[in-house]
Amino acid sequence: MKHYHVIEKDTPNVDGFAKVTGQAVYTFDMTMPGMLYGKILRSPHPHARIISIDTSKAESLPGVKAVITAKETGERRQGAWRRYQELCDEPVLCLEKVRYIGDPVAAVAAIDEDIAMEALDLIEVEYEPLPAVFDPLESIQEGAPQLHDEVENNINVTRHIEWGDADKGFEEADFIREDEFILPAQSHVPLETHGSLASFDGGTNRLTLWTSTQTPYYVQCLLAEAMDLRENEVTVIKPHCGSGFGGKNELFADQFCAGYLARKTGRPVKIVYTREEEFTCARRRTPIHYYLKIGAKRDGTFVAKEARAFSDGGAYTSMGATLLYLTGWFSAFPYCYPNYRYDGYKVFTNKSPSSSMRGYGGIQANFCGESQIEMLAADMGLDPVEIRKKNAMYPNYEVPGQATIASCGLPEGLEKIGEYIKERGELPEDHGIGLACYGFNSGGIFNWFNTPYAFSGAEVRINIDGMVDVYSLAADIGQGADTTMCMIAAEELGVHLDDIRMHSGDTSICPSDLGAWASRETLMMGNAVKMAAADAKRQLFEVAASKMSANIVYDLEAGDRRIYLRDRPERGLSYYDVVKDAIRAKEGSLIVGRGHYTPHGKGMISPAFSFGVQAIEVKVDRETGYVKIMNAFTAHDCGQVINPMAVRGQVEGSIMMAAGYAYSEEMLYSEGEVLNPNLVDYSLIGFRDMPSAVTVDCPTHEPEGPFGAKEVGEGITCPTAGALANAVYHAVGVRITDPPLTPEKILMALKKKETQEKSPK
Amino acid sequence: MKKEIINLTVNGTLHEISVEPQVTLNEVLREQLDLTGTKLSCGAGECGACTVLIDGKPELSCCTLAMTANGKDILTIEGLARDGELHPLQKAFVECGAIQCGFCTPGMLLTSKALLDENPDPTREEVKSYLSGNLCRCTGYVKIVDAVLAAATEMNKGGK
Repeated sequence: MKHYHVIEKDTPNVDGFAKVTGQAVYTFDMTMPGMLYGKILRSPHPHARIISIDTSKAESLPGVKAVITAKETGERRQGAWRRYQELCDEPVLCLEKVRYIGDPVAAVAAIDEDIAMEALDLIEVEYEPLPAVFDPLESIQEGAPQLHDEVENNINVTRHIEWGDADKGFEEADFIREDEFILPAQSHVPLETHGSLASFDGGTNRLTLWTSTQTPYYVQCLLAEAMDLRENEVTVIKPHCGSGFGGKNELFADQFCAGYLARKTGRPVKIVYTREEEFTCARRRTPIHYYLKIGAKRDGTFVAKEARAFSDGGAYTSMGATLLYLTGWFSAFPYCYPNYRYDGYKVFTNKSPSSSMRGYGGIQANFCGESQIEMLAADMGLDPVEIRKKNAMYPNYEVPGQATIASCGLPEGLEKIGEYIKERGELPEDHGIGLACYGFNSGGIFNWFNTPYAFSGAEVRINIDGMVDVYSLAADIGQGADTTMCMIAAEELGVHLDDIRMHSGDTSICPSDLGAWASRETLMMGNAVKMAAADAKRQLFEVAASKMSANIVYDLEAGDRRIYLRDRPERGLSYYDVVKDAIRAKEGSLIVGRGHYTPHGKGMISPAFSFGVQAIEVKVDRETGYVKIMNAFTAHDCGQVINPMAVRGQVEGSIMMAAGYAYSEEMLYSEGEVLNPNLVDYSLIGFRDMPSAVTVDCPTHEPEGPFGAKEVGEGITCPTAGALANAVYHAVGVRITDPPLTPEKILMALKKKETQEKSPK
Repeated sequence: MKKEIINLTVNGTLHEISVEPQVTLNEVLREQLDLTGTKLSCGAGECGACTVLIDGKPELSCCTLAMTANGKDILTIEGLARDGELHPLQKAFVECGAIQCGFCTPGMLLTSKALLDENPDPTREEVKSYLSGNLCRCTGYVKIVDAVLAAATEMNKGGK
């Protein structure tokens, strides 16, 4: 066992003090001298042609400093899938048409918020309402309203994944099931809503944008394109960020409107979304109509699987192209299917764009897949744990022609979950335990953003007093990326955590990073930081080796602020002394280490995969239909654990968000209008709903990860909803295939079951 | 609208402030006194992120008109640490990992302080119940409850 000095120990977040004292500054808290307040005018129609826009009354309102429309922003369309320009289909401000209630049409900057709001009312927009469509299955019918002229049938992306021969597989199957599932829209609900503060320097033509984002680099590039600026004429700075969950991955209206208005007025402009805007005009988790077919041999061995998905993509492509691939990929997870076929269709509807959200594509695939496997096991009279054990992915398994799974702790996780269920023994009446397995990406590989930079880059500088500056664009949005990177740098350099000073989230000083999505920071940025630290350490070792006149057969090691001979650790030097000597030896230049990481030779999906299994125990109230989660037991493999406390925090937070998806959260619509855009009618899991959560690590060593680490932030959102639906089934015998499992649905299912049982056969 | 002068004692300092009747306490704290540690997340009294203590009781600053707080004693997150020493709740939140994005943290801490002032030795269920008006989207709440219980233990041990 390798002995570590820093990692593997419970480590409070490096920004904890700032956050408990109120000193942490979020974009929402920022102001600047002379700052104006911006507001965005949004479409009241789900689908309409813009006939005319008259801003003259708004412009003449005292206190209004500027109004912008598509006249300023032009015909340009933006989107994050830059490798395929046809998928960058979102107007900066709407020019000819609006396609959802909330589509941005104009923006104003005024000396205060009240005047800005009043000015919005004075902008006169004449619309010609058009027929609209809200359901993906209706949207693809002939004669349905068409959202984009160039996209017939409203399907602009299709994805096909196939290996083996699914038809032949089904012929060999002894049991086959076919099922249909309908998955809801979930809202990210970051407690800090989207918001930006822009400042433009007309002398140098440079824009600085402080913004609540999880992808500073994307915002920099996309904003530069939207405003006709060079990439590095835009500096994006991410202050403390009040969370994202995948909803702050792209360029948003607050960012480009603040930028345009700051340039037009020559004054700083701040725009913050209201909670209602956050619900109606930001992004959402993709609703999907899913069709699944699975075939198994009599002993439970899976022989074939087929999946078809129609995603309700909303009005623009957004990150929906990625979703469509990922949900197809995860429909074959985490089991060994010799034959698999998937077809996915991304469908436009007149609703806000659906996009990435924690557990991206996996949570939907997992709910359907794990529900179906449980139904299959019941059909076949097999034990739910045993059927999963028989088919689970294992270390070094190759997904035919797609990817190689290197480390995989799923078999061990299933052992642990089996023991847990046995220990629970006989359950009280109306209780049930359901389980679900998952696997997830540790970062994505396919380069749809078309970056020429490394996926993650880092720089380490060592100062004369031994203080280490780490520069990384890893976006800490609350998950603790800064702390993780400090720990990795400290471990590699052999110093303490308080020797590290982190600089993150500023595109003008940090090397590139694609941002916090696909659960990529620990593995990808972790590798870059570790490489940069190793580069700096090598420079220290050159000096240390020469000072110690060490026999060449000895290797050096660094730890606990010392550099020493690995096999004779008592022979060593103080880290601080070596730093001083090394800087003198370099004629006073700082010691600089650089690292950059892009996966190579790992296919086009992910460099590594996390795994796990979760058991959810529920109690169902037959009178009210209310589900109470009693316990959540999770056995998971995130490779080498870097910060155990942060890992448990990710597991618990994932359970909370996924339990919401499973039984309480859903964006409700009528004719494209969100009916519950507030925190009373859209119900988050609260303190009293959260179960006790027991987490067991099944650590593996991932060869591609820093110190062997993999992801933990997203994968664990995947199993909860399926496990909960399975638990409800075991508790009261009803099967719900369209989450959330609300009391109404459960009551109706119970009533239906009762009627069926009473009716004569 | 007509402005009036009100007196607020915030974190021990008396402020004389001119406000219009529709101005909320949240706006006064954040915009006039630059105490941006108090957050605003829903603006409608649904999430608890804007909680401050008014005369020791947890109140939603987004739904409290500043005028109604005239003459009262207000504690915000900036006043929780005393003489450079963190309150045991602040220490416990950091040490237990009860913070992720931190946007709900000021409101959580002040509600927790009110709880421990009323009930120095709460059970796990009592903590959950008292804090149930505060939403957190990151942590899953488990570590927040752990932190409040750890702070209670510490405060009871230290004889306060």
